[in-house]
Amino acid sequence: MKIHKYDTVIVGAGGAGMRAAIESTKRSRTAVLTKLYPTRSHTGAAQGGMAAALANVEEDNWEWHTFDTVKGGDYLVDQDAAEILAKEAIDSVLDLEKMGLPFNRTPDGTIDQRRFGGHSRNHGEAPVRRSCYAADRTGHMILQTLYQNCVKEGVEFFNEFYVLDQLITEEDGIKKSAGVVAYELATGEIHVFQAKAVIYASGGCGKFFKVTSNAHTLTGDGQAAVYRRGLPLEDMEFFQFHPTGIWRMGILLTEGARGEGGILRNKDGERFMEKYAPVMKDLASRDVVSRSIYTEIREGRGCGPEGDHVYLDLTHLPPEQLDAKLPDITEFARTYLGIEPYTDPIPIQPTAHYAMGGIPTNVEGEVLADNTTVVPGLYAAGEVACVSVHGANRLGTNSLLDINVFGRRAGIAAAEYSQKADFVELPENPASLVEEQIERLRTSTGTERVATLRRELQETMDANVMVFRTEQTIKTAVEKITELRERFKNVAIQDKGKRFNTDLLEAIELGNLLDLAEVMAVSALARKESRGGHYREDYPNRDDVNFMRHTMAYREVGDDGTETVRLDYKPVVQTRYQPMERKY
Amino acid sequence: MATPVMDKAETPDAGSAASPYITVTFRVRRFNPEVSAEATWEDFQLEIDPKERVLDGLHKIKWDVDGTLTFRRSCAHGICGSDAMRINGKNRLACKTLIKDINPEKPITIEPIKGLTVLKDLVVDMEPFFQAYRDVMPFLITKDTNEPTRERLQSAEDRERFDDTTKCILCAACTSSCPVFWNDGQYFGPAAIVNAHRFIFDSRDEAGEQRLEILNDKDGVWRCRTTFNCTDACPRGIEVTKAIQEVKRALITRRF
Repeated sequence: MKIHKYDTVIVGAGGAGMRAAIESTKRSRTAVLTKLYPTRSHTGAAQGGMAAALANVEEDNWEWHTFDTVKGGDYLVDQDAAEILAKEAIDSVLDLEKMGLPFNRTPDGTIDQRRFGGHSRNHGEAPVRRSCYAADRTGHMILQTLYQNCVKEGVEFFNEFYVLDQLITEEDGIKKSAGVVAYELATGEIHVFQAKAVIYASGGCGKFFKVTSNAHTLTGDGQAAVYRRGLPLEDMEFFQFHPTGIWRMGILLTEGARGEGGILRNKDGERFMEKYAPVMKDLASRDVVSRSIYTEIREGRGCGPEGDHVYLDLTHLPPEQLDAKLPDITEFARTYLGIEPYTDPIPIQPTAHYAMGGIPTNVEGEVLADNTTVVPGLYAAGEVACVSVHGANRLGTNSLLDINVFGRRAGIAAAEYSQKADFVELPENPASLVEEQIERLRTSTGTERVATLRRELQETMDANVMVFRTEQTIKTAVEKITELRERFKNVAIQDKGKRFNTDLLEAIELGNLLDLAEVMAVSALARKESRGGHYREDYPNRDDVNFMRHTMAYREVGDDGTETVRLDYKPVVQTRYQPMERKY
Repeated sequence: MATPVMDKAETPDAGSAASPYITVTFRVRRFNPEVSAEATWEDFQLEIDPKERVLDGLHKIKWDVDGTLTFRRSCAHGICGSDAMRINGKNRLACKTLIKDINPEKPITIEPIKGLTVLKDLVVDMEPFFQAYRDVMPFLITKDTNEPTRERLQSAEDRERFDDTTKCILCAACTSSCPVFWNDGQYFGPAAIVNAHRFIFDSRDEAGEQRLEILNDKDGVWRCRTTFNCTDACPRGIEVTKAIQEVKRALITRRF
């Protein structure tokens, strides 16, 4: 075991982690730990753009953007945070341009902007061009630009270091962050990083679904690490299903395709979104469009022999426009489906895409131990966190924005904190939990296989807690997850070695997914209403009287060692906007 | 009713027509210094839909047959650059190569990319690759004393000038396909030159001369023998050799 000491440690090197690192490296001695290489992070898969009311191509302002964000999140958004997001969006985009990001340009040479779902002029009048973009690889450009600037700033990376545990020490009755424990993939060695401040920026957990746009590596490692140490997770029942994933594969086809004029059609060729969202049509918010697609499928208007998908139609758009604005997704259709999008519509289905919930933070990125108490020295930003700027449903282009605005804020706040704070003493045997976990998996003679359990988990999640949920389906999921968690204790791996043991890694990742799936299902069961991405067929309406509140889930361990999820609730911050019925 | 689950074709014999599954042989180069100093070939037979990816085949082996098989992967759709490998003798991304496109009737050979030290199975040491990238100063350099309040202006034409080289995902397929790089690991390699190109031809950048001097080095751009292996290997369709030629030309004319 090796012990390292840094002022600030950042867990994860995607957009949020690297945006934080650029700030924190200037102010404090910083280490960035990533289980991948920075440029492999899933920020790079984001396509359509980053929202900011630059008003480069038409009238726009940050207040309209704030409203759209609050409405898009079905009023579960903390409105003070949404206002910060929309206001700081403008400088965030300009900062990236100054760092070198090659945005698409208008004829005047300014940053070009296009339409995106849920973003509107003057509180819902009509779609507005707010998304700043670089073809359909905006996330790739953000990830590359941030990495380039990390190289420029001399950010210190520990690549293929997998963080497995959050260290917490209680001082004077206050829980404080003491550091993290990481596993070095190349050697199997365990490293303890003592740090004054730790920032989690480790991304989402979409891999508990089967049809998902998420990378194999998105297994909720950060959420699970803090949850196991008794800290809460907020709003985990809210998961976004992106309307346009490639049929059966889940690979993302950007909403920018509809922003450029693409149309969703059922088997009769009907533009069905006109029925569900008369004003915004195909550019209604993602939860609305995904539900509409499944309604078409369930009512027998799906496409193909099984009637199990609908079409994304780009055939009316000029090939030059597709080449210039949507080159990557048209290539995906050619590569993976053998379809030519110039002439044929693309089969799509909703795909599990984004966790609105996560580690609760305030607007400075400080992690909360309950509804109000901050954990000194602990920060989170990006998809791993819940500020909450996305509420019950995130608007497209607001996640690339979130990682930049709150990654920057967390980086500054953590580094400033670590400049004035002292190191917190490490707990005794800081690596003991991780050592036991690894030893148990490496020497297990159990009969269960990781891949089998993961498949069963993904199947039950897709079948029971996806776009439509009922008490019965969620209970089925909870029972199945409980069974899988029990069977996980009997899991064994084949690779017993130390060098690049990805077999071991996948087992640990599955453990994280199982913990988070349970939190998600238990939170969803208790929320007896429909709001944003959480749709209950048995409670089809939003219930502001009983459920205008954030869910806070805590892990409880009984005297006999049994683990349960305890739910509590936190008020929503409302400032400018009173909840209204949500129509697009 | 729950959300419809729609992947019946996942299991063999599903669907109305005959099973889409075929039997293929993956011939994989195995190496684990914890076990043996020698690398060996190992054959795996698997049932797979030919429309699936080589990566799906590798996962079938790892998940259902041999958990010790080791490779990097993440996004699984050609954007993160983790899974460059040598498939039937050609550098490709395993997640962007469909079984049907590489003649599944013969054994499919899968090896680590060449020119970088193999650490285990298909995993190589990427550090020399990233060091060459860092050496070309891959970031925008400007001499502004006062930072502009708004964005810098750039015409659509100027933006287009370096568009191709912004697509790079740093997967190393190009560099590890280059015979010059195989023979001399000191050569910067195509990927580093591509990333230098991305800034040299960016109208906003003011350090083109510095980058050209770095690439004028004995291990620089002049080592390129224009074999076009890099262009063939690039999974993003970047015209790598053309970019290298443009850098060479800029070194001669000092115009860019």
